[in-house]
Amino acid sequence: MANGRRSVAQMRPGEVAIIAGLEDDDLSTKLMEMGCLPGASIRFNFRAPFGDPVCISVSGYELSLRVAEASTISILN
Amino acid sequence: MQTSGKHVKIALVGNPNSGKSSLFNYLTGLNQKTGNFPGVTVEKRTGYSKMPEGYQAQFIDLPGIYSLYPRSLDEQIVSEILLNHKSPECPDAIVVIVDATNLKRSLLLVTQISDLGLPVVLALNMMDLVAKKQISYNLVEMSQQLGIPVVPINARTGMGVDQLKSILSKPITLPEKTIFPVFDEAKAGVQELRTTLDLDNDYEAYQFLQQPSTLGFLKQEEHDLIHEVKEKYKFFPGKFHGAETVQRYSFIQALLDSITIKPAVENKTSRSTDFDKILTHRIWGYAIFFGVLFLIFQAIFAWATVPMDFIDGVFASLSNYLSETLPDGPLTRMLAQGIVPGIGGIVIFIPQIAILFAFISILEESGYMARVVFLMDKIMRKFGLNGKSVVPLISGVACAIPAIMATRTIDNWKERTITILVTPLMSCSARLPVFTILIALIVPEDMVFGFFNLQGLALMGLYLLGFAAAMLSAVVIKMLIKVKERSYLIMEMPTYRWPKWSNVGYTIYDKTKSFVFEAGKVILAIAVVLWVLASYGPGDHQENAREYVLKESENLRLTEQGLEDRVAAYKLEHSYAGILGKSIEPIIRPLGYDWKIGIALVTSFAAREVFVGTMATIYSIGSEEDQTTIKSRMKAEINPETGGPRYTPAVGFSLLVFYTFAMQCMSTIAVVYRETKGWKWPMIQLVYMTALAYVSALIVFQSLS
Repeated sequence: MANGRRSVAQMRPGEVAIIAGLEDDDLSTKLMEMGCLPGASIRFNFRAPFGDPVCISVSGYELSLRVAEASTISILN
Repeated sequence: MQTSGKHVKIALVGNPNSGKSSLFNYLTGLNQKTGNFPGVTVEKRTGYSKMPEGYQAQFIDLPGIYSLYPRSLDEQIVSEILLNHKSPECPDAIVVIVDATNLKRSLLLVTQISDLGLPVVLALNMMDLVAKKQISYNLVEMSQQLGIPVVPINARTGMGVDQLKSILSKPITLPEKTIFPVFDEAKAGVQELRTTLDLDNDYEAYQFLQQPSTLGFLKQEEHDLIHEVKEKYKFFPGKFHGAETVQRYSFIQALLDSITIKPAVENKTSRSTDFDKILTHRIWGYAIFFGVLFLIFQAIFAWATVPMDFIDGVFASLSNYLSETLPDGPLTRMLAQGIVPGIGGIVIFIPQIAILFAFISILEESGYMARVVFLMDKIMRKFGLNGKSVVPLISGVACAIPAIMATRTIDNWKERTITILVTPLMSCSARLPVFTILIALIVPEDMVFGFFNLQGLALMGLYLLGFAAAMLSAVVIKMLIKVKERSYLIMEMPTYRWPKWSNVGYTIYDKTKSFVFEAGKVILAIAVVLWVLASYGPGDHQENAREYVLKESENLRLTEQGLEDRVAAYKLEHSYAGILGKSIEPIIRPLGYDWKIGIALVTSFAAREVFVGTMATIYSIGSEEDQTTIKSRMKAEINPETGGPRYTPAVGFSLLVFYTFAMQCMSTIAVVYRETKGWKWPMIQLVYMTALAYVSALIVFQSLS
């Protein structure tokens, strides 16, 4: 990441973090509509067998994202 | 402001997995039908329900959406219906159903819809699960802050549905407050558009400016007008969309803070996560998935044969009965030999389609389908497909028609198009009778290693061949289509739960019905056309066939039945279909086929399963159409050029490969035309599949003979 922040793609299973921001303009509204809001807490659940996609918990439900999409969500920790 | 009286057309809107279909099924029961939205092929489910005041209200089940900004074709239709207030399709009232365990995300859609200025009722589903999590909400406060009626319901048991109906049968106060007043910078443009297009709501006009290209109902001059206003007032859709979402969420957060009475105790892992440890495990996950696939195949091919044989028998006797009892004539023949077998050819697929959709619906209802997509996405992407392509590809084993319709959930255009193009390579059930008879003809009934039946292995090999061809074609097409469009997979992983069996039942009923009436029409029409081609021909060969045959076979001592069969074969040879078969002989000779097989290729262009029936007629055994007879007759057929049998292994394998790859299904072409809105893709598909079939069959025949 340009600003040195970690992204959801780099989280480990079971790790919890707070969303810092959405780095991709095209994807940000879609991600927000799905509950990935800056400031929301996010939990990394597990990866698919080949490492992609990943499954996270956010806004009280489970969401799956490709690694490319997860890497646009930066986290605070 | 109040709406006048009763609401007769009510739309159900909600997120996927919110229980919308359960509510729809509960409201309407079997009193529902599936059609299409005007001009598009998105399925429209409508149904009627008796309201407390005695009248029948029409309910429309709209596709599941997360927001009014659509990402896929399915979602687009919802925005079109809800934003076109002048259309007769526009509902009188909207019920937004939400999963109350996931209020924050669901309320985004609720606030968008309530800003549209139509009567809205909010149905909070799954309140029992909320209670289990020890959360409770102040619903009175919620209703006041949102400015719309709120009803807790349980769509599975029907609790609260009566209250919902009673609210819907009385005048509903229009949402009195605007949750998202359009931005100050956008106001002037919105006002101007409202006046010029005579729109009754700010947010409606704002949406017109935001996403005109999504709204198919806009006319060209309206597009021009919108474009003008956008230019004039410097309207930036992207910037506004993001800011709107943020503003709506801040309203929602404040709302949730003030209505939540007991906050959730943060629990560490959900039950779903425990299941997922096994179901998405790198070994168990795939093992279980292949187990499920195996079960589906087993069901489609083993369990469905019993009802299919029964249906086959019923239609054969009906056809016989009609030709014996009705006075002989062209009309009777058309009825007994064209129409009745044509309808039989549709009905016979019902058991397989019903079983397939029973499984697919159970997998979807239980939440497992999302895990299959999750498991397969990375692998499928390598082939230019999407994790969501798995469902159409599996469905393709039963029938390509519903499979191609199932591609609508894929939001990426390129991945969807590739899925549509390769799905017909999956061996569908119509190929099964052709495969069975040809395999029985050329593969010995031996056992390998003591327990594998060689014929069974050959059949499995053909299915794998079809699958491999589908994946390889996908890779090739992926390289040929030069479109750079970002592909997404942002997908909810629904909580696991038991399927609701009545929903499974409705899905089976619904899909089977639409197959019979949609695809059935085409299949029946083609069956009749083929019958005409095969029963009429130039000259007097049809009327005087008997005399010609008698002349030819003077020296033979034929039984009455034998003579009849020869007459039938003679008629087919001299029919238009026979002439076509003969005229394509030069093209198919390199594949090892003669004009008789040519006739079968012509007739099975419309539907492959016709091959077997055509073979029976060509080889003059029309009166005894059963597989053993056809098989022994085909075995005895001599190739005049070699003096050996016609159906050598080379010819047999060449035919098998041809039928595996060829696009011999009019209904599929028709569905692809509808789904891709034009002739370009169905024609490309027809050409590439026929070329693939021809070249492969050529290679097989030439290398084996």
